[in-house]
Amino acid sequence: MLSRRIVPCLDVRDGQVVKGVRFRDHVVVGEIVELALRYRDEGADELVFYDITASPEGRRVDRDWVERVAREIDIPFCVAGGIRSVDDAREVLHAGADKVSINSPALERPALVGELADAFGVQCVVVGVDSLRDDDGEWHVRQYTGDPSRTRALRKPTLEWIDEVQQLGAGEIVLNCMGTDGVRRGYDIEQLKAARALSRVPLVASGGAGTPAHFVEVFREADVDAALAASVFHSGEIGIPALKKELRAQGIEVRL
Amino acid sequence: MRAVLVDAGGTNIGSVRYALQRLGADAELTSDAARIRAASHVILPGVGAAGPGMRMLREAGLVDIIRGLTQPVLGVCLGMQLLCEWSEEANTECLGVIPATVRRFADIPGFRVPHMGWNGLRLTRCHPLVAGVREGDAAYFVHSYAVPDGDYSLAASEHGTPFAAVVAAGNFMGMQFHPERSGALGAQLLRNFLSL
Repeated sequence: MLSRRIVPCLDVRDGQVVKGVRFRDHVVVGEIVELALRYRDEGADELVFYDITASPEGRRVDRDWVERVAREIDIPFCVAGGIRSVDDAREVLHAGADKVSINSPALERPALVGELADAFGVQCVVVGVDSLRDDDGEWHVRQYTGDPSRTRALRKPTLEWIDEVQQLGAGEIVLNCMGTDGVRRGYDIEQLKAARALSRVPLVASGGAGTPAHFVEVFREADVDAALAASVFHSGEIGIPALKKELRAQGIEVRL
Repeated sequence: MRAVLVDAGGTNIGSVRYALQRLGADAELTSDAARIRAASHVILPGVGAAGPGMRMLREAGLVDIIRGLTQPVLGVCLGMQLLCEWSEEANTECLGVIPATVRRFADIPGFRVPHMGWNGLRLTRCHPLVAGVREGDAAYFVHSYAVPDGDYSLAASEHGTPFAAVVAAGNFMGMQFHPERSGALGAQLLRNFLSL
């Protein structure tokens, strides 16, 4: 039976792993390869590296650290940040990444999703969606969230966008619920359930993990395939071995 | 031992090469027919789609070269599918050295496609390639097309329906998952292959 995945997310800025609260005020938490190895040893199922400055600054992911990670770790990892073309993606995949994740550039030019799927297969193509509920009560997509001064609220409803990227060729969707991110009160179950209902491809929950119970809840209630978290893992507040033991005890299939 | 990785433009070549390096084996990356023929072990990696994968092998003049190999040959992920007879993906005729066909996962409620993540192996046949593998050991899969479980299976897995995870037909072998991304299990399997 397919296991539910636990995915530590490493936000990368200037070659180091950083973490902010509600996508702002970033502090350095450690060195990339060192953290990658630590999570591998602890039983992480996959890693995601977001180069959070690449997209707003209009530059590409520096491929040097991608290759260093690929040489060292023997679990899958995905790279996001500033991938705007098939050539950009090829460079990152050739450096050893297993998947690429695109977010703001897909909003700039949705056809990119299909171009990547045609070139590398849908299994390589992850679409990250940053989403926030607006005053009208509807979830809408945000763009350039790596830089608060450039973040844009789009009119595009989140659920519409999720449906669209699947049709274009997304092989996985990471839904970053910005309203719950960084405050550790649990994943946005309501929004993730709505996204699950229309996702035929794997769905990854992101934003809000604070306790092991939040992971149990998101797998059980929102039926997501994977749960992503950063600060609770970086700080050591939640250890992955203990988390997986708890999930298994609650009847959720995990790799131990 | 002189292993080679067939370079037909696939994108996970780097990862497989690094995995071999972690085992102390350096595999040359080549599309040269003479070097491939002379190798002790040949690995055919692959990420992408069957159509472009076969086209690249044809353009590199490697179709008959690979078919004629007698040393151990390992196809990884798409590489394994290319060793089969035919793929439903864009109706592609493949290398035909493993007597199997490749089909898309059926739409079954609750089973997402692509099949992505760690899934357990069920051993179906004794073979040195799967020596040391324990029932239920998990490997990392990421694919939308699969080979049905059959006589050629050494290990199977399940995603709504059973499918072949490790296959062997004579000197031609394949792994549907990514051994280079499957932790200690993957390292064991690659070590087994290099010992054949």
